[in-house]
Amino acid sequence: MVACVGGCKHSAPDVTTLKFWAMGREGEVVAELLPEFERAHPGIKVVVQQLPWTAAHEKLLTAFAGNATPDLCQLGNTWIPEFVALNALQPLDTLASSSAAIDRTDYFEGIWDTNIVNGRLYGIPWYVDTRLLFYRRDLLKQAGFAGPPKTWDEWSRMHAGIKTLVGDERYSVLLPLNEFEPLLALALQHDEPLLREGGRWGNFRSASFRRTLAYYRDTFRKKWAPPMTNSQISNVWSEFARGYFSFYISGPWNIGEFKRRLPADQQSIWMTAPLPGPDGPGASIAGGASLVVFRASRHQPEAMKLIEYLSTPAVQERFHALTGNLPPRRATWRHENIDRDVYAKAFREQLERARATPKVPEWERIATEMRLVAERVIHGDIDIDQAVEELDARTDRILEKRRWMLDHGTVK
Amino acid sequence: MKTENAAWIFVGPALILIGVFFFGPVLAAFAMSLTDFDLYALADLGNMRFVGLGNYLQLLQTPLFWQALGNTVYFVLLGVPLSIAASLGAALLVNSKLARFKSLHRTAMFAPVVTTLVAVAMIWRYLLHTRYGLVNYALVSLGISPVDWLGDPHWSMPAIIIFAVWKNFGYNMIIFIAALQSVPEDLYEAADIDGASVWQQFRFVTLSMLGPTVLMVSILTMAGYFQLFAEPYVMTQGGPVQSTVSVLYFMYEEGFKWWNLGTASAVAFVLFVLMFAITLLQLHVARRWGQA
Repeated sequence: MVACVGGCKHSAPDVTTLKFWAMGREGEVVAELLPEFERAHPGIKVVVQQLPWTAAHEKLLTAFAGNATPDLCQLGNTWIPEFVALNALQPLDTLASSSAAIDRTDYFEGIWDTNIVNGRLYGIPWYVDTRLLFYRRDLLKQAGFAGPPKTWDEWSRMHAGIKTLVGDERYSVLLPLNEFEPLLALALQHDEPLLREGGRWGNFRSASFRRTLAYYRDTFRKKWAPPMTNSQISNVWSEFARGYFSFYISGPWNIGEFKRRLPADQQSIWMTAPLPGPDGPGASIAGGASLVVFRASRHQPEAMKLIEYLSTPAVQERFHALTGNLPPRRATWRHENIDRDVYAKAFREQLERARATPKVPEWERIATEMRLVAERVIHGDIDIDQAVEELDARTDRILEKRRWMLDHGTVK
Repeated sequence: MKTENAAWIFVGPALILIGVFFFGPVLAAFAMSLTDFDLYALADLGNMRFVGLGNYLQLLQTPLFWQALGNTVYFVLLGVPLSIAASLGAALLVNSKLARFKSLHRTAMFAPVVTTLVAVAMIWRYLLHTRYGLVNYALVSLGISPVDWLGDPHWSMPAIIIFAVWKNFGYNMIIFIAALQSVPEDLYEAADIDGASVWQQFRFVTLSMLGPTVLMVSILTMAGYFQLFAEPYVMTQGGPVQSTVSVLYFMYEEGFKWWNLGTASAVAFVLFVLMFAITLLQLHVARRWGQA
């Protein structure tokens, strides 16, 4: 579906038409931000094409194969290494260093870092996403705890307390087995990397990952977490309201969902908190989406102008109001509408401790293998030692082509 | 000679279409299965390596492939006979002289076939819900302890089989009804006069007359069931602990999720060879059976 922005007039020969692909909800609302841009730049017309998230990845790869990529695009920041490997993206270092609108020191460090591959910048963060705790204040209080946990040990004590309180039929935390993000967030809290030697080999046998996996496993073993997937839960919000679990690791989109789906008299019982870490407040995943310019685009200067416009705090504030997406710049966060949101506060704090996942194109597959192996540990099929060895073996196999590419100098 | 030319002209368009849209892609896929075509090769064909039968050898050493094959065979071995038995049973009931509102029953039992798989899979997910599902509610009221259908690796595949049989039996039922209606009535009369019981009539008249239909239905059903994909894709995403990963699901993930198109093509060929072999075996058995 091609949306004609600004009323599809006859394009004068000196008007540049920019093709801009955006996904999901962002694709629906970004059009509202564009008239102002087009007024300020009469020579540029922007055509937004909306992609559903589920088809976006395939569509982008097909477009690349068919040499039909747009001028600019919204790209999940974990996909950037993959499109860099394809040599599909235009580096944006010059834009970032010369632009008055983009101040890199104003961006959250971990989020900015996800856009840098092999020392070059390929995307400008558009909105951010990280995982943290959604928790039941009332149940935590009833179990005798004043506030959310800061460390893993503290969190364990809370799990034990809540479990005693809610009994056999209910749990303390939901860590859905079909998501790799909770385990990954805990794993990223350590300084030891998950891959070693520049992403050539798996490093899951490190002491840190063993510790993470053991902590994760014990949460299930002690019946603090149900060994379930999201589809078995069916409705996480109503289960949360029923107290089936008191902690849930999730992202910013759930602020809106919890506000909307929990009954009015239960709005005071939930809150968000940064993730606890092994020895103090912990890191989490630096997620979100960036704006990228394709190498094949013939309108790169214009595309970069649009990125600059969308990166200004005032526009980001409107974008936040339209979508609820959290902004990547500290300046935007100071805006009262965002500053006032009590549920967003924890995200603001967590974003200062967000960390990029390993920047190899194969990462998502490796993370999926991590989830699958962890699931086998939870079902008691294998122990920690077997798990980390198996995981390293699978990772090394997945990275075989990458090692060959690095050795033959064809990958940038 | 002239008639021969005319014949070529008549079959030509069909041959060209089959060549371009079937044999061409199949050959290309086979060629691809001998390479490690992946994301890097998409960037630059120079990054593609010829690996010979490497993908196939690698597959044989991949535990998940064997697990997927095991899961698929489990699904076929249990699902196909169940599905055919359900179809035949339903056809016999609908076709029975005692049945009333035949067309209503026929339509009702055919309905699952024409409903959208994704939509009914979602509904079945609710039916099979461990705590709130209707199925477990019924089990508990019968005094049986509830089953964690989609969360227990031992029950996930049976759950998928029950769902698939429910979804598909109506189609074969229609074929069986048509076949049953073509069984001459005098055969039953003759059997009656010879003193055959109802069971004997079913065994020696109905089943014998349905023989070719059963064979055709079993080949088609088996071919369809080997391609198990959408049910686990919607209901379990291959889980728990990969107990519902089928060969096709494995291929989909390799090819379209991870873009290892070389490996995915190899999986496709292994599945093709397997199904071809089993169909040949079935035909062979049927011929022996027909001669006896």
